[in-house]
Amino acid sequence: MLPIVSALKHHKTTVVLVALEIALTCAIVTNALFLIRDRLAFMHMTTGVADNELVWVRTQTLDLGQEADKDSHAGVVAADLAALRGLPGVESVAMTNALPLGGSYSSTVVYRRPGDKSDSLSNVVEYLGSPGMLRTLGISLSEGRDFQPREYSDYQTFGQKSPPPTAVIVTRSFAQQMWPGEDPLGKPIYLGEQGEHATYVVGVAGHLLNPAINKYQGIDRGMILPVRQVRDNSAYVLRVRPDARASVARAIPGALQQVDPARKIEAHVYTDTIAQYFQGDRAMVWLLLVVIGCLLTLTALGVVGLSSFWVQQRTRTIGIRRAIGATRHDILRYFLAENFLIVSLGIVAGSAGAVGLNLWLMHHYELHRMPLSWLPIGALVLWLLGQLAVLGPALRAAAVPPVVATRSV
Amino acid sequence: MFGYYLDLALRSLKRNKVLTALMVLSLALGIGACITTTTVLRLLSGDPLPQKSDRLFYPQVDPNGKQGYIAGQTEPPSTMPYIDAMYLLHARRAKRQAVVALTSGKIAPQRANERPFYSDGVQTTADFFGLFDAPFQYGGSWTAADDEGGAQVIVIAGFLNQKLFGGANSVGRTIRMNDHDFRIVGVLKPWSPQPRFYALDLGGHDYGGDGDAMFLPLKTAIDLKMGPQDLECYDTVTNMDDLAAAPCRWLGVWVELPDQAAVADYRMFLANYAREQVAQGRFSRDETAMLDLVDWLRHEQVVPDDVRLQAGLAYGFLLICVLNTVGLLLAKCLRRSREIGVRRALGATRGAVFAQFMVEAAIVGLVGGVLGLGFAELGLFGIRHQPAEYASLAHLDVSMFLFTFVVALLASLVAGLLPAWRACAVAPAPQLKAS
Repeated sequence: MLPIVSALKHHKTTVVLVALEIALTCAIVTNALFLIRDRLAFMHMTTGVADNELVWVRTQTLDLGQEADKDSHAGVVAADLAALRGLPGVESVAMTNALPLGGSYSSTVVYRRPGDKSDSLSNVVEYLGSPGMLRTLGISLSEGRDFQPREYSDYQTFGQKSPPPTAVIVTRSFAQQMWPGEDPLGKPIYLGEQGEHATYVVGVAGHLLNPAINKYQGIDRGMILPVRQVRDNSAYVLRVRPDARASVARAIPGALQQVDPARKIEAHVYTDTIAQYFQGDRAMVWLLLVVIGCLLTLTALGVVGLSSFWVQQRTRTIGIRRAIGATRHDILRYFLAENFLIVSLGIVAGSAGAVGLNLWLMHHYELHRMPLSWLPIGALVLWLLGQLAVLGPALRAAAVPPVVATRSV
Repeated sequence: MFGYYLDLALRSLKRNKVLTALMVLSLALGIGACITTTTVLRLLSGDPLPQKSDRLFYPQVDPNGKQGYIAGQTEPPSTMPYIDAMYLLHARRAKRQAVVALTSGKIAPQRANERPFYSDGVQTTADFFGLFDAPFQYGGSWTAADDEGGAQVIVIAGFLNQKLFGGANSVGRTIRMNDHDFRIVGVLKPWSPQPRFYALDLGGHDYGGDGDAMFLPLKTAIDLKMGPQDLECYDTVTNMDDLAAAPCRWLGVWVELPDQAAVADYRMFLANYAREQVAQGRFSRDETAMLDLVDWLRHEQVVPDDVRLQAGLAYGFLLICVLNTVGLLLAKCLRRSREIGVRRALGATRGAVFAQFMVEAAIVGLVGGVLGLGFAELGLFGIRHQPAEYASLAHLDVSMFLFTFVVALLASLVAGLLPAWRACAVAPAPQLKAS
């Protein structure tokens, strides 16, 4: 080691330059890798429904203006449901007002005690579901039971003219926030303007992701209310054999047009909906990967350039070493060790830089603290990179014949 | 002398093509990344109304209940209920004021056998167009009396006029929207400020598009039950059909205040109003806020975090590229110690050697800049194919074109400083002796 260090002392500027470049690359690459992991973890959130078996469709009637009277609307819905059930590959159909990661949602305040507005949980996502919604979406209950036929009501999210249903299924995280450490089954929650309507918990869904993830509604704090039909923002959800999803989505507009032609119909395969929700995140991950690739390539090329220069400059010295007994192996090892030393210097500075950069990012963006165990990953990447980059020039150095020592340049 | 340095530099660059290519490529990549992200950043943080953005203000009050309230630490929400918006509108304390909500409506075609279509629209009040300098092609705004009376009048965008009337002067004609007849009073010239600053947080998109298609009086929209795009209720609603009285916030208010004194007066007026409402028991919180247009954009974070992060990343990237170039230039120039020694011995001054190496660096920079411009175009092409709302707006303009070369020259000259300084410090005698 010692001869390497004393040799490097003659090239302070270049050593500092390479170490600095390694340090910066290390700081940025480590943080970029952490950002990628952060995004990937976010994108792999489970929805709590049968992702791969769902197709959904939303319709917008074009003869708007005169609000369709209730009976004819109910008739259209019944005909729609029948038409959708008749499509080949469809196992069941239900109506809902929102889907996990579907974007639009409705949220409300729930009260712990009747008429007591001071004790409440706000921003609770309301999923409305028509009969068969749980089975169609594939929501599994960790406790309790599905709704019974008599529990379905005419409740709606807006313009509430009917009281809320008397039964509700809540998510586990809702239950934990509402009644920490207690059994939620059979407990009442109160809805309505004055918190006057009691609704009893009949089941707990282990997990059901929110339609949108944000700081107000959180990730999965929601409840499912049983309704006969969904009026506001309604969508039909179809449970479909996975291989029939695309064909069902294509067949839906035709089938619904036959019931009522004057409307806009948009059918989606649910996995596309999820993909669309994370579109921005996916683009960011790709961008970060490209940046990491470019950075590592550049740094490697820089190391190759400088090492080649050193090898060329020291050709005579190498020749002398070879002449007095050093093997090719020794020369190779010398350059590899020299590179390892410089890269290590850069990594030490770079690790400190990485932690600093992470703190700065946490301050300016919503980002988690990078665990210190991430630092060795960046270090390992750069050590490998350095050794690979120097290999070419080092092999060239090892190939210098001892006879060079006796030649005058 | 410059011509000679140029000649020397070109010879030297040609001598080691791989190293030269590496330097140029490295600089170009860094510059390309920087120009791409800076273009997007500039696009997103631009002032949509530079001639009067400092005179436009967005007052806010807080109708939310007691729950979760910590005095002095909660910010008022971005929209307000109808009652409060109307109070501010009717008080006429500002030079101009307008209330804004977004909506959409079904427009019947003018010709038979065409399908009706949905268009985005704005529910607002008469001052809207003067307040935001929206230019008219034909006609003008409706009047304050139309606002009060809920008149069925409408201002349409140029592109809608083109679609419905082939671009002819349609003022006075009638269009059918949501099965009601509206009389056209004005047609706008193309107007689509980016971002759509007047409707942030009112639902819908912030960037892109040709602008809103139609503008109609707020009262008319309420009478015809055209709901807003976004609605937040802070108390349980009994009658959703009566939006004007519902405990929901959905309206943005904009005021134009000509000078500092007017701004101070208006702040006082707003604070007094909030305190009165608290005293009457309608409000539980007396916080108010009033940001000017530019601060409001910043507050609403119209520049997404990801874009700022990308810009930071790009500048870090450029820094590494410059460092890389410094290393390579240094290696190159140290290898030429003997040549420098000969030049110095023949009478070249230190300054001359320094200049020679800086010219060489500048050439690398300029070529890197040209190539970087190519990379930037490629990057922007990529951005235009992203799913973001602003994607279609990402183009290189003249100032960014020039900026590219400034960055390229600056980066290469900074990179060239150390090698050139090292070169001119070479002592001639030892170099000559060695050969």
